[in-house]
Amino acid sequence: MDILWAQSSALTAREVGRLIADRDLAPTTVMTVLDRLTRKGFLERTRDGRAWRYQPAESRDAYIAELMLEALDMTGDRSAALTRFAQAVSGTEAEILRRVLTELEEE
Amino acid sequence: MITAAVLAALATACALGSWRFTTARWTSRAPRLAVIVWQSLGLAWGLATTGAMLAFAVQPYGTGVLQGLIAFGRGETPPEAWDPLHVLALIAGLTALAVLVVVLIMAGVQALRARRRHRMVLALISRDDPGVPGVRVLDHPGAAAYCVPGLRSQVVVSEGALKLLSEDELAAVLAHESAHVRERHDLVLLPFAALRRALPWSKVVADAQSQVELLIEMAADDRARRYCSPRRLATALLRFGTAGAMPTPQGMLGVHAQHVMARVDRLIKPGPELAAPARYGFIALSVGLLTATPFLWVIPL
Repeated sequence: MDILWAQSSALTAREVGRLIADRDLAPTTVMTVLDRLTRKGFLERTRDGRAWRYQPAESRDAYIAELMLEALDMTGDRSAALTRFAQAVSGTEAEILRRVLTELEEE
Repeated sequence: MITAAVLAALATACALGSWRFTTARWTSRAPRLAVIVWQSLGLAWGLATTGAMLAFAVQPYGTGVLQGLIAFGRGETPPEAWDPLHVLALIAGLTALAVLVVVLIMAGVQALRARRRHRMVLALISRDDPGVPGVRVLDHPGAAAYCVPGLRSQVVVSEGALKLLSEDELAAVLAHESAHVRERHDLVLLPFAALRRALPWSKVVADAQSQVELLIEMAADDRARRYCSPRRLATALLRFGTAGAMPTPQGMLGVHAQHVMARVDRLIKPGPELAAPARYGFIALSVGLLTATPFLWVIPL
């Protein structure tokens, strides 16, 4: 996936396999992984002659943003899917918290 | 008739009790016990409300609620004739029961789906950090630390959180998160989130959900403080609260600030433990609620 994100154009399975130089993977393994990622909606593929060309459905940052939104509970549905450490507050409330923090650090 | 009346009274008592309980002050001194009281109140309320309607409905059979429903399911004709009022109660009771069950199942399925998706994306974009073994790291400047619960729970922190916190504070946060993982707090939250969805207009339900959310955080804080300095956990909390790395939508701020302050307060100045008589009193109350309602479902009075 990182390899596909690093490239600007769509790649075939063979090209991806060549780019994963550090590990000796069978071409079929690469193809299976690409196929599974496509079925799960992370990759899009287009026909190119006899091979498929794969490219990411969304940028890496978009996925990170998606997770962060869920992590900070900003999707608005307050589902019980995740348990979070604490949530950020803003404005005057943050000011109060900041004051307590300095007090604690000074002690 | 008596069963229906007693169940109705019990349902009202649970509703009133919940309403009173949202403002109880001792809860932060014994968060686990408070969560148990909330759970038994919720369960007893659900069983008593539906039970009251159904007990009235199956009156023509002259048996308990459960036996009456089974007889109705088998298509037996009751010794006394149906009248519109009893039919109405039957429809209302069965609908309420179905709504509660379906909403709970739907909430569970939805949470599972959201988690599976979250875990899949996480596998693609998160990385390991040698500084924090066993924890997934997200490359994002915002501060976030959370856990994806499940059979294979994962603790996730963001790059921003790693920068924000000192080493001790990070350890405290991770201890807190692993407490959530170990005690499966997501399962505690699920029914309350589901009930909230079933009754979105009820203020008591909303308050109850928010209370339970706070209480399980406190319970996790309590566990974490066994392994780390409570002061570090408190400063970590405050740092998170003030980070404000992402714009927060309106309308959900007040609660969070109060929650953070309540947790900081009890970490810095822990209140006295709840007196033993009070503790046993609440345990007895929970056990009483949890046995009385199923009992009334089976045994006709």
